[in-house]
Amino acid sequence: MAYSDKVIDHYENPRNVGNMDKDDSKVGTGMVGAPACGDVMRLQIKVNDEGVIEDAKFKTYGCGSAIASSSLLTEWVKGKSLEEASQIKNSEIAEELELPPVKIHCSVLAEDAIKAAINDYKGKQG
Amino acid sequence: MKTPIYFDYSATTPVDPRVAEKICSCLTADGVFGNPASRSHQFGWDADAAVEQARKDVAALVNADPREIVWTSGATESDNLAIKGVAHFYQKKGKHIITCKTEHKAVLDSCRQLEREGFEVTYLTPEPNGLIDLDKLKAAFREDTILVSIMHVNNEIGVIQDIKAIGELTREHKIIFHVDAAQSAGKTPIDLQDMKVDLMSFSAHKIYGPKGIGALYVRRKPRIRLEAQMHGGGHERGMRSGTLATHQIVGMGEAFRLAKEEMVADNERIRMLRDRLLAGVKDIEEVYINGDMDHRVPHNLNISFNFVEGESLIMALKDLAVSSGSACTSSSLEPSYVLRALGRNDELAHSSLRFSIGRFTTEEEIDFAIEKIRANIDKLRDLSPLWEMFKDGIDLNSIKWAAH
Repeated sequence: MAYSDKVIDHYENPRNVGNMDKDDSKVGTGMVGAPACGDVMRLQIKVNDEGVIEDAKFKTYGCGSAIASSSLLTEWVKGKSLEEASQIKNSEIAEELELPPVKIHCSVLAEDAIKAAINDYKGKQG
Repeated sequence: MKTPIYFDYSATTPVDPRVAEKICSCLTADGVFGNPASRSHQFGWDADAAVEQARKDVAALVNADPREIVWTSGATESDNLAIKGVAHFYQKKGKHIITCKTEHKAVLDSCRQLEREGFEVTYLTPEPNGLIDLDKLKAAFREDTILVSIMHVNNEIGVIQDIKAIGELTREHKIIFHVDAAQSAGKTPIDLQDMKVDLMSFSAHKIYGPKGIGALYVRRKPRIRLEAQMHGGGHERGMRSGTLATHQIVGMGEAFRLAKEEMVADNERIRMLRDRLLAGVKDIEEVYINGDMDHRVPHNLNISFNFVEGESLIMALKDLAVSSGSACTSSSLEPSYVLRALGRNDELAHSSLRFSIGRFTTEEEIDFAIEKIRANIDKLRDLSPLWEMFKDGIDLNSIKWAAH
Protein backbone atom coordinates (compact mmCIF):
# COMPACT_ATOMS: atom_id res chain seq x y z
CA MET A 1 0.00 0.00 0.00
CA ALA A 2 1.31 3.41 -0.89
CA TYR A 3 1.29 5.90 1.97
CA SER A 4 1.06 9.64 1.50
CA ASP A 5 4.15 11.73 2.23
CA LYS A 6 2.38 13.17 5.28
CA VAL A 7 1.77 9.74 6.78
CA ILE A 8 5.38 8.79 6.17
CA ASP A 9 6.61 12.04 7.72
CA HIS A 10 4.56 11.54 10.90
CA TYR A 11 5.49 7.88 11.01
CA GLU A 12 9.21 8.50 10.65
CA ASN A 13 9.26 11.60 12.88
CA PRO A 14 6.38 11.13 15.28
CA ARG A 15 5.55 14.28 17.28
CA ASN A 16 4.90 14.32 21.02
CA VAL A 17 5.60 10.70 21.83
CA GLY A 18 5.52 9.96 25.53
CA ASN A 19 3.42 9.83 28.63
CA MET A 20 2.19 11.98 31.47
CA ASP A 21 1.16 11.13 35.00
CA LYS A 22 -2.32 9.75 34.52
CA ASP A 23 -3.17 10.47 38.17
CA ASP A 24 -2.45 14.20 37.79
CA SER A 25 -5.77 16.08 38.02
CA LYS A 26 -4.73 18.31 35.11
CA VAL A 27 -4.13 15.32 32.83
CA GLY A 28 -6.79 13.55 30.79
CA THR A 29 -6.01 10.09 29.37
CA GLY A 30 -7.85 8.37 26.55
CA MET A 31 -6.97 4.83 25.54
CA VAL A 32 -8.95 3.37 22.67
CA GLY A 33 -8.75 0.36 20.39
CA ALA A 34 -7.79 -3.22 21.23
CA PRO A 35 -4.70 -5.33 20.67
CA ALA A 36 -6.87 -7.97 19.00
CA CYS A 37 -7.88 -5.46 16.35
CA GLY A 38 -4.30 -4.46 15.66
CA ASP A 39 -4.41 -0.95 17.05
CA VAL A 40 -4.35 0.71 20.45
CA MET A 41 -3.99 4.46 20.85
CA ARG A 42 -3.23 6.28 24.08
CA LEU A 43 -3.63 10.03 24.01
CA GLN A 44 -2.96 12.28 26.98
CA ILE A 45 -3.68 15.97 27.33
CA LYS A 46 -2.62 18.47 29.98
CA VAL A 47 -5.17 21.21 30.55
CA ASN A 48 -4.36 24.57 32.19
CA ASP A 49 -6.58 26.65 34.45
CA GLU A 50 -8.10 28.46 31.46
CA GLY A 51 -9.34 25.17 30.04
CA VAL A 52 -6.76 25.21 27.24
CA ILE A 53 -4.77 22.12 26.26
CA GLU A 54 -1.19 23.12 26.83
CA ASP A 55 0.47 19.80 26.13
CA ALA A 56 -0.37 16.48 24.51
CA LYS A 57 1.43 13.13 24.33
CA PHE A 58 0.66 9.84 22.62
CA LYS A 59 1.75 6.27 22.19
CA THR A 60 0.24 4.03 19.53
CA TYR A 61 0.41 0.36 18.68
CA GLY A 62 -0.84 0.04 15.16
CA CYS A 63 -0.16 0.53 11.49
CA GLY A 64 1.58 3.58 10.03
CA SER A 65 -1.71 5.38 9.48
CA ALA A 66 -2.72 4.89 13.11
CA ILE A 67 0.60 6.24 14.32
CA ALA A 68 0.37 9.21 11.94
CA SER A 69 -3.25 9.96 12.93
CA SER A 70 -2.38 10.15 16.61
CA SER A 71 0.82 12.11 16.00
CA LEU A 72 -1.09 14.67 13.94
CA LEU A 73 -3.81 14.87 16.56
CA THR A 74 -1.34 15.83 19.29
CA GLU A 75 -0.15 18.72 17.12
CA TRP A 76 -3.69 19.87 16.45
CA VAL A 77 -5.04 19.83 20.00
CA LYS A 78 -2.21 21.81 21.56
CA GLY A 79 -3.38 25.36 22.27
CA LYS A 80 -7.02 24.47 21.67
CA SER A 81 -9.74 24.76 24.29
CA LEU A 82 -11.47 21.55 25.32
CA GLU A 83 -14.52 22.68 23.39
CA GLU A 84 -12.49 23.27 20.22
CA ALA A 85 -10.60 20.00 20.59
CA SER A 86 -13.81 18.03 20.97
CA GLN A 87 -14.93 19.39 17.60
CA ILE A 88 -12.09 17.70 15.67
CA LYS A 89 -13.61 15.29 13.18
CA ASN A 90 -12.05 12.09 11.89
CA SER A 91 -12.75 13.27 8.35
CA GLU A 92 -10.40 16.23 8.87
CA ILE A 93 -7.61 13.91 9.99
CA ALA A 94 -8.26 11.51 7.12
CA GLU A 95 -8.22 14.39 4.66
CA GLU A 96 -5.03 15.94 6.02
CA LEU A 97 -3.20 12.59 5.90
CA GLU A 98 -4.82 11.49 2.62
CA LEU A 99 -5.82 8.15 4.18
CA PRO A 100 -7.19 5.52 1.80
CA PRO A 101 -10.68 4.13 2.60
CA VAL A 102 -9.28 1.00 4.27
CA LYS A 103 -7.45 3.23 6.77
CA ILE A 104 -10.30 5.57 7.70
CA HIS A 105 -10.80 3.60 10.92
CA CYS A 106 -7.40 4.94 12.09
CA SER A 107 -8.74 8.50 11.99
CA VAL A 108 -11.95 7.38 13.72
CA LEU A 109 -9.81 5.93 16.47
CA ALA A 110 -7.95 9.23 16.83
CA GLU A 111 -11.24 11.12 17.18
CA ASP A 112 -12.36 8.59 19.80
CA ALA A 113 -9.05 9.06 21.62
CA ILE A 114 -9.37 12.83 22.05
CA LYS A 115 -13.00 12.48 23.12
CA ALA A 116 -11.99 9.86 25.69
CA ALA A 117 -9.14 12.02 26.99
CA ILE A 118 -11.45 15.03 27.40
CA ASN A 119 -14.03 12.90 29.21
CA ASP A 120 -11.37 11.53 31.51
CA TYR A 121 -10.18 15.05 32.33
CA LYS A 122 -13.71 16.32 32.93
CA GLY A 123 -14.47 13.35 35.16
CA LYS A 124 -11.52 14.30 37.35
CA GLN A 125 -12.76 17.87 37.85
CA GLY A 126 -15.78 16.57 39.81
CA MET B 1 24.04 -4.13 -2.11
CA LYS B 2 20.79 -3.02 -3.73
CA THR B 3 17.72 -2.19 -1.62
CA PRO B 4 14.99 -3.17 -1.10
CA ILE B 5 16.29 -6.65 -0.40
CA TYR B 6 14.07 -9.52 -1.41
CA PHE B 7 12.99 -11.73 1.51
CA ASP B 8 9.75 -12.99 0.03
CA TYR B 9 10.81 -16.11 -1.89
CA SER B 10 7.73 -17.96 -0.61
CA ALA B 11 5.54 -15.47 -2.46
CA THR B 12 7.44 -15.93 -5.68
CA THR B 13 11.00 -16.23 -6.95
CA PRO B 14 12.84 -14.51 -9.75
CA VAL B 15 13.28 -16.74 -12.80
CA ASP B 16 16.75 -18.28 -12.81
CA PRO B 17 18.72 -16.83 -15.76
CA ARG B 18 19.32 -20.36 -17.06
CA VAL B 19 15.56 -20.92 -17.06
CA ALA B 20 14.89 -17.58 -18.75
CA GLU B 21 17.25 -18.54 -21.55
CA LYS B 22 15.34 -21.76 -22.16
CA ILE B 23 12.02 -19.92 -22.17
CA CYS B 24 13.28 -17.43 -24.72
CA SER B 25 14.24 -20.28 -27.05
CA CYS B 26 10.55 -21.22 -27.38
CA LEU B 27 9.02 -17.93 -28.45
CA THR B 28 10.20 -16.48 -31.73
CA ALA B 29 10.17 -17.69 -35.33
CA ASP B 30 13.67 -19.13 -35.07
CA GLY B 31 12.78 -20.96 -31.85
CA VAL B 32 10.50 -23.81 -30.78
CA PHE B 33 7.26 -21.87 -31.16
CA GLY B 34 5.04 -24.61 -32.64
CA ASN B 35 1.87 -26.02 -31.16
CA PRO B 36 2.77 -29.29 -29.42
CA ALA B 37 -0.59 -30.67 -30.55
CA SER B 38 0.27 -30.18 -34.24
CA ARG B 39 1.01 -33.72 -35.40
CA SER B 40 1.54 -32.94 -39.08
CA HIS B 41 4.82 -31.02 -39.21
CA GLN B 42 8.25 -30.46 -37.72
CA PHE B 43 7.25 -27.34 -35.73
CA GLY B 44 4.66 -29.31 -33.80
CA TRP B 45 6.99 -32.29 -33.34
CA ASP B 46 9.76 -30.08 -31.96
CA ALA B 47 7.40 -28.39 -29.50
CA ASP B 48 6.00 -31.76 -28.45
CA ALA B 49 9.52 -33.07 -27.83
CA ALA B 50 10.33 -30.00 -25.68
CA VAL B 51 7.14 -30.42 -23.66
CA GLU B 52 7.78 -34.13 -23.12
CA GLN B 53 11.35 -33.48 -21.99
CA ALA B 54 9.99 -30.97 -19.47
CA ARG B 55 7.46 -33.53 -18.31
CA LYS B 56 10.31 -35.96 -17.66
CA ASP B 57 12.25 -33.31 -15.74
CA VAL B 58 9.29 -32.44 -13.53
CA ALA B 59 8.53 -36.13 -12.92
CA ALA B 60 12.19 -36.84 -12.12
CA LEU B 61 12.33 -34.36 -9.24
CA VAL B 62 9.51 -36.19 -7.47
CA ASN B 63 10.31 -39.72 -8.69
CA ALA B 64 7.11 -40.09 -10.69
CA ASP B 65 6.27 -41.45 -14.15
CA PRO B 66 6.12 -38.61 -16.72
CA ARG B 67 2.70 -39.93 -17.78
CA GLU B 68 1.44 -38.96 -14.33
CA ILE B 69 2.12 -35.26 -14.87
CA VAL B 70 -0.72 -32.99 -16.12
CA TRP B 71 0.13 -29.39 -17.03
CA THR B 72 -2.00 -26.66 -15.48
CA SER B 73 -1.77 -22.89 -15.09
CA GLY B 74 -0.36 -23.15 -11.56
CA ALA B 75 -0.86 -24.70 -8.16
CA THR B 76 -4.21 -22.97 -7.65
CA GLU B 77 -5.60 -24.64 -10.74
CA SER B 78 -4.00 -27.94 -9.75
CA ASP B 79 -5.66 -27.76 -6.32
CA ASN B 80 -9.02 -26.95 -7.91
CA LEU B 81 -8.69 -29.75 -10.45
CA ALA B 82 -7.62 -32.30 -7.84
CA ILE B 83 -10.24 -31.49 -5.22
CA LYS B 84 -13.25 -30.72 -7.38
CA GLY B 85 -12.22 -33.30 -9.97
CA VAL B 86 -12.06 -36.10 -7.39
CA ALA B 87 -15.18 -34.96 -5.56
CA HIS B 88 -17.23 -34.86 -8.73
CA PHE B 89 -15.94 -38.17 -10.03
CA TYR B 90 -16.25 -40.14 -6.80
CA GLN B 91 -19.33 -38.51 -5.27
CA LYS B 92 -21.34 -41.72 -5.59
CA LYS B 93 -18.86 -43.32 -3.17
CA GLY B 94 -19.23 -40.58 -0.59
CA LYS B 95 -19.40 -36.87 -0.01
CA HIS B 96 -17.01 -36.29 2.87
CA ILE B 97 -13.65 -34.51 2.56
CA ILE B 98 -10.98 -33.83 5.18
CA THR B 99 -8.54 -30.94 5.06
CA CYS B 100 -6.78 -28.63 7.53
CA LYS B 101 -7.44 -25.05 8.65
CA THR B 102 -3.95 -23.93 7.66
CA GLU B 103 -4.22 -24.98 4.02
CA HIS B 104 -3.78 -22.51 1.19
CA LYS B 105 -6.91 -20.65 0.12
CA ALA B 106 -6.92 -22.55 -3.18
CA VAL B 107 -7.67 -25.70 -1.18
CA LEU B 108 -9.96 -24.10 1.42
CA ASP B 109 -12.03 -22.21 -1.13
CA SER B 110 -12.35 -25.28 -3.39
CA CYS B 111 -13.69 -27.13 -0.34
CA ARG B 112 -16.08 -24.26 0.43
CA GLN B 113 -17.41 -24.51 -3.10
CA LEU B 114 -17.97 -28.25 -2.66
CA GLU B 115 -19.83 -27.56 0.60
CA ARG B 116 -22.19 -25.35 -1.40
CA GLU B 117 -22.69 -28.33 -3.73
CA GLY B 118 -23.69 -30.58 -0.84
CA PHE B 119 -20.35 -32.09 0.23
CA GLU B 120 -19.33 -32.20 3.88
CA VAL B 121 -15.85 -30.97 4.84
CA THR B 122 -13.94 -31.52 8.10
CA TYR B 123 -11.33 -28.82 8.79
CA LEU B 124 -8.69 -30.23 11.13
CA THR B 125 -7.04 -27.92 13.67
CA PRO B 126 -3.25 -28.39 13.67
CA GLU B 127 -1.20 -28.65 16.85
CA PRO B 128 0.31 -25.39 18.18
CA ASN B 129 3.53 -26.17 16.24
CA GLY B 130 1.56 -26.30 12.97
CA LEU B 131 1.75 -30.07 12.51
CA ILE B 132 -1.22 -32.40 12.20
CA ASP B 133 -1.76 -35.04 14.87
CA LEU B 134 -2.23 -38.27 12.91
CA ASP B 135 -4.57 -39.69 15.53
CA LYS B 136 -6.86 -36.71 15.08
CA LEU B 137 -6.75 -37.22 11.33
CA LYS B 138 -7.60 -40.89 11.72
CA ALA B 139 -10.44 -40.04 14.08
CA ALA B 140 -11.93 -37.82 11.37
CA PHE B 141 -12.11 -40.68 8.82
CA ARG B 142 -15.67 -41.77 8.00
CA GLU B 143 -17.24 -44.45 5.82
CA ASP B 144 -18.09 -41.81 3.24
CA THR B 145 -14.72 -40.00 3.27
CA ILE B 146 -13.44 -39.86 -0.31
CA LEU B 147 -10.60 -37.35 -0.11
CA VAL B 148 -7.98 -36.01 2.27
CA SER B 149 -6.15 -32.84 1.18
CA ILE B 150 -3.12 -31.80 3.24
CA MET B 151 -0.33 -29.50 2.12
CA HIS B 152 3.27 -30.68 2.28
CA VAL B 153 4.91 -27.39 3.37
CA ASN B 154 2.93 -24.50 4.78
CA ASN B 155 3.35 -21.24 2.89
CA GLU B 156 3.33 -19.01 5.98
CA ILE B 157 5.25 -20.97 8.58
CA GLY B 158 7.20 -23.45 6.45
CA VAL B 159 6.39 -26.53 8.53
CA ILE B 160 6.61 -29.93 6.79
CA GLN B 161 3.73 -32.34 7.33
CA ASP B 162 4.45 -36.07 7.54
CA ILE B 163 3.05 -36.84 4.12
CA LYS B 164 4.44 -40.35 4.04
CA ALA B 165 2.66 -41.30 7.27
CA ILE B 166 -0.60 -39.70 6.18
CA GLY B 167 -0.37 -41.58 2.87
CA GLU B 168 -0.11 -44.90 4.71
CA LEU B 169 -3.30 -44.10 6.62
CA THR B 170 -5.33 -42.91 3.65
CA ARG B 171 -4.26 -45.84 1.45
CA GLU B 172 -5.18 -48.29 4.18
CA HIS B 173 -8.65 -46.73 4.35
CA LYS B 174 -8.96 -46.45 0.54
CA ILE B 175 -9.25 -42.69 0.74
CA ILE B 176 -7.74 -40.55 -2.03
CA PHE B 177 -4.91 -38.31 -0.82
CA HIS B 178 -4.12 -34.94 -2.40
CA VAL B 179 -1.06 -32.91 -1.42
CA ASP B 180 -0.41 -29.27 -2.27
CA ALA B 181 3.34 -29.26 -2.84
CA ALA B 182 3.67 -25.71 -4.18
CA GLN B 183 5.97 -24.78 -1.30
CA SER B 184 7.85 -28.06 -1.00
CA ALA B 185 8.99 -29.13 -4.47
CA GLY B 186 12.67 -28.33 -4.77
CA LYS B 187 12.90 -27.51 -1.06
CA THR B 188 12.45 -30.89 0.58
CA PRO B 189 12.76 -34.38 -0.95
CA ILE B 190 9.64 -35.88 -2.54
CA ASP B 191 9.56 -39.52 -3.60
CA LEU B 192 6.23 -40.53 -5.04
CA GLN B 193 7.29 -44.17 -5.33
CA ASP B 194 7.66 -44.15 -1.58
CA MET B 195 4.91 -41.74 -0.51
CA LYS B 196 1.38 -43.02 -1.05
CA VAL B 197 0.13 -39.75 -2.46
CA ASP B 198 -2.52 -39.91 -5.18
CA LEU B 199 -2.53 -36.31 -6.37
CA MET B 200 0.08 -33.60 -5.93
CA SER B 201 -0.01 -29.94 -6.98
CA PHE B 202 3.09 -28.12 -8.23
CA SER B 203 3.94 -24.58 -9.17
CA ALA B 204 6.89 -23.35 -11.25
CA HIS B 205 7.29 -19.83 -9.92
CA LYS B 206 8.12 -20.86 -6.37
CA ILE B 207 11.30 -22.54 -7.58
CA TYR B 208 12.79 -20.08 -10.07
CA GLY B 209 10.47 -20.95 -12.95
CA PRO B 210 7.93 -18.68 -14.65
CA LYS B 211 4.52 -17.70 -13.28
CA GLY B 212 1.40 -19.05 -14.95
CA ILE B 213 2.46 -22.68 -15.14
CA GLY B 214 2.04 -25.61 -12.79
CA ALA B 215 1.29 -29.28 -12.81
CA LEU B 216 -0.85 -31.89 -11.16
CA TYR B 217 0.53 -35.33 -10.47
CA VAL B 218 -2.20 -37.94 -11.00
CA ARG B 219 -1.26 -41.44 -9.86
CA ARG B 220 -1.60 -44.29 -12.38
CA LYS B 221 -1.25 -47.25 -9.98
CA PRO B 222 -3.73 -47.39 -8.33
CA ARG B 223 -5.37 -45.28 -10.99
CA ILE B 224 -6.97 -42.04 -9.90
CA ARG B 225 -9.81 -40.62 -11.99
CA LEU B 226 -10.82 -36.98 -12.23
CA GLU B 227 -13.67 -35.07 -13.73
CA ALA B 228 -12.13 -32.37 -15.92
CA GLN B 229 -12.78 -28.78 -14.90
CA MET B 230 -11.65 -27.32 -18.24
CA HIS B 231 -13.21 -28.79 -21.35
CA GLY B 232 -11.99 -28.42 -24.91
CA GLY B 233 -9.57 -30.20 -27.20
CA GLY B 234 -8.96 -33.13 -24.87
CA HIS B 235 -5.35 -32.21 -24.10
CA GLU B 236 -3.54 -33.89 -21.21
CA ARG B 237 -5.55 -37.08 -21.65
CA GLY B 238 -8.79 -35.18 -21.29
CA MET B 239 -7.97 -33.97 -17.80
CA ARG B 240 -7.08 -30.42 -18.78
CA SER B 241 -7.83 -29.01 -22.20
CA GLY B 242 -6.11 -25.99 -23.68
CA THR B 243 -3.12 -25.46 -25.96
CA LEU B 244 0.05 -26.23 -24.06
CA ALA B 245 2.18 -23.16 -23.31
CA THR B 246 5.47 -24.56 -24.61
CA HIS B 247 7.70 -21.75 -23.32
CA GLN B 248 6.28 -21.88 -19.80
CA ILE B 249 6.33 -25.67 -19.68
CA VAL B 250 9.94 -25.70 -20.85
CA GLY B 251 10.73 -23.11 -18.17
CA MET B 252 9.08 -25.22 -15.48
CA GLY B 253 10.94 -28.31 -16.69
CA GLU B 254 14.29 -26.54 -16.55
CA ALA B 255 13.50 -25.10 -13.10
CA PHE B 256 12.68 -28.57 -11.79
CA ARG B 257 15.77 -30.07 -13.44
CA LEU B 258 17.98 -27.44 -11.77
CA ALA B 259 16.21 -28.01 -8.45
CA LYS B 260 17.01 -31.71 -8.61
CA GLU B 261 20.66 -30.95 -9.29
CA GLU B 262 21.11 -28.14 -6.80
CA MET B 263 18.61 -28.72 -4.01
CA VAL B 264 21.04 -30.24 -1.54
CA ALA B 265 23.69 -27.55 -1.94
CA ASP B 266 21.08 -24.76 -2.10
CA ASN B 267 19.41 -25.97 1.07
CA GLU B 268 22.62 -26.17 3.00
CA ARG B 269 23.49 -22.58 2.16
CA ILE B 270 19.95 -21.34 2.78
CA ARG B 271 19.79 -23.10 6.15
CA MET B 272 23.04 -21.39 7.16
CA LEU B 273 21.56 -17.99 6.20
CA ARG B 274 18.28 -18.66 7.99
CA ASP B 275 20.10 -19.73 11.14
CA ARG B 276 22.22 -16.59 10.94
CA LEU B 277 19.08 -14.46 10.71
CA LEU B 278 17.50 -16.30 13.61
CA ALA B 279 20.63 -15.98 15.74
CA GLY B 280 20.65 -12.25 15.03
CA VAL B 281 17.16 -11.60 16.35
CA LYS B 282 16.27 -14.31 18.83
CA ASP B 283 17.75 -12.54 21.86
CA ILE B 284 15.37 -9.59 21.39
CA GLU B 285 12.84 -9.64 24.21
CA GLU B 286 9.38 -11.06 23.54
CA VAL B 287 10.17 -12.70 20.22
CA TYR B 288 8.25 -15.83 19.23
CA ILE B 289 8.97 -18.25 16.41
CA ASN B 290 5.80 -19.47 14.70
CA GLY B 291 5.76 -23.09 13.63
CA ASP B 292 7.91 -26.09 14.45
CA MET B 293 11.65 -25.48 13.96
CA ASP B 294 12.61 -29.13 13.38
CA HIS B 295 10.02 -30.08 10.79
CA ARG B 296 10.50 -27.02 8.66
CA VAL B 297 12.03 -26.02 5.34
CA PRO B 298 15.22 -23.97 5.79
CA HIS B 299 13.83 -21.16 3.62
CA ASN B 300 11.28 -19.91 6.09
CA LEU B 301 11.41 -17.90 9.28
CA ASN B 302 8.13 -16.63 10.71
CA ILE B 303 8.55 -14.50 13.81
CA SER B 304 6.21 -12.51 16.03
CA PHE B 305 7.62 -9.42 17.69
CA ASN B 306 5.21 -8.96 20.56
CA PHE B 307 3.77 -5.44 21.13
CA VAL B 308 4.77 -4.27 17.66
CA GLU B 309 2.12 -4.23 14.97
CA GLY B 310 3.13 -6.08 11.79
CA GLU B 311 2.17 -3.52 9.21
CA SER B 312 4.00 -0.68 10.93
CA LEU B 313 7.03 -2.94 11.19
CA ILE B 314 6.87 -3.64 7.48
CA MET B 315 6.69 0.10 6.88
CA ALA B 316 9.75 0.59 9.09
CA LEU B 317 11.56 -2.20 7.28
CA LYS B 318 11.02 -0.59 3.91
CA ASP B 319 14.45 -1.73 2.77
CA LEU B 320 13.39 -5.34 3.29
CA ALA B 321 10.73 -6.97 1.12
CA VAL B 322 8.99 -9.20 3.67
CA SER B 323 5.40 -10.20 4.19
CA SER B 324 3.22 -9.81 7.23
CA GLY B 325 1.26 -12.58 8.84
CA SER B 326 -1.26 -9.90 9.52
CA ALA B 327 -3.31 -9.27 6.43
CA CYS B 328 -3.63 -5.56 7.17
CA THR B 329 -1.89 -4.77 3.92
CA SER B 330 -4.78 -6.31 2.03
CA SER B 331 -8.30 -4.97 2.34
CA SER B 332 -9.07 -7.33 5.21
CA LEU B 333 -7.94 -6.33 8.67
CA GLU B 334 -7.96 -9.85 10.00
CA PRO B 335 -4.74 -11.34 11.35
CA SER B 336 -3.31 -14.42 9.68
CA TYR B 337 -5.75 -17.33 9.74
CA VAL B 338 -2.80 -19.71 9.81
CA LEU B 339 -1.37 -18.24 13.02
CA ARG B 340 -4.85 -18.08 14.56
CA ALA B 341 -5.30 -21.79 13.78
CA LEU B 342 -2.10 -22.50 15.75
CA GLY B 343 -3.78 -20.85 18.73
CA ARG B 344 -1.62 -17.73 18.61
CA ASN B 345 -3.45 -14.82 20.19
CA ASP B 346 -4.45 -11.86 18.06
CA GLU B 347 -1.59 -9.68 19.29
CA LEU B 348 1.04 -12.20 18.25
CA ALA B 349 -0.75 -12.91 15.00
CA HIS B 350 -0.84 -9.18 14.27
CA SER B 351 2.86 -8.88 15.11
CA SER B 352 4.29 -11.49 12.79
CA LEU B 353 6.65 -11.25 9.86
CA ARG B 354 7.56 -13.93 7.35
CA PHE B 355 11.09 -13.92 6.03
CA SER B 356 11.66 -16.30 3.16
CA ILE B 357 15.15 -16.87 1.86
CA GLY B 358 16.23 -18.22 -1.51
CA ARG B 359 18.87 -18.99 -4.06
CA PHE B 360 20.03 -15.40 -4.47
CA THR B 361 20.07 -14.28 -0.81
CA THR B 362 23.52 -13.31 0.51
CA GLU B 363 25.13 -13.19 3.94
CA GLU B 364 25.56 -9.44 3.61
CA GLU B 365 21.81 -9.07 3.05
CA ILE B 366 21.05 -11.13 6.15
CA ASP B 367 23.35 -8.98 8.30
CA PHE B 368 21.75 -5.82 6.94
CA ALA B 369 18.31 -7.22 7.78
CA ILE B 370 19.30 -8.05 11.35
CA GLU B 371 20.56 -4.52 11.92
CA LYS B 372 17.37 -2.98 10.49
CA ILE B 373 15.10 -5.27 12.50
CA ARG B 374 16.83 -4.59 15.80
CA ALA B 375 16.80 -0.81 15.36
CA ASN B 376 13.18 -0.64 14.30
CA ILE B 377 11.83 -2.99 16.94
CA ASP B 378 13.32 -0.65 19.52
CA LYS B 379 11.87 2.39 17.81
CA LEU B 380 8.36 0.95 17.49
CA ARG B 381 8.33 -0.38 21.03
CA ASP B 382 9.17 3.11 22.28
CA LEU B 383 5.99 4.16 20.50
CA SER B 384 3.87 1.27 21.75
CA PRO B 385 1.57 1.75 24.76
CA LEU B 386 1.33 -2.04 25.02
CA TRP B 387 5.09 -2.38 25.41
CA GLU B 388 5.07 0.29 28.12
CA MET B 389 2.29 -1.53 29.97
CA PHE B 390 4.12 -4.83 29.62
CA LYS B 391 7.27 -3.22 31.04
CA ASP B 392 5.21 -1.82 33.93
CA GLY B 393 4.07 -5.34 34.69
CA ILE B 394 0.47 -4.84 33.61
CA ASP B 395 -1.28 -7.97 32.34
CA LEU B 396 -2.84 -6.93 29.03
CA ASN B 397 -5.46 -9.63 29.39
CA SER B 398 -6.70 -7.97 32.57
CA ILE B 399 -7.76 -4.88 30.65
CA LYS B 400 -11.22 -4.58 29.18
CA TRP B 401 -10.53 -3.45 25.63
CA ALA B 402 -13.17 -1.81 23.51
CA ALA B 403 -13.09 -3.96 20.38
CA HIS B 404 -13.92 -1.97 17.29
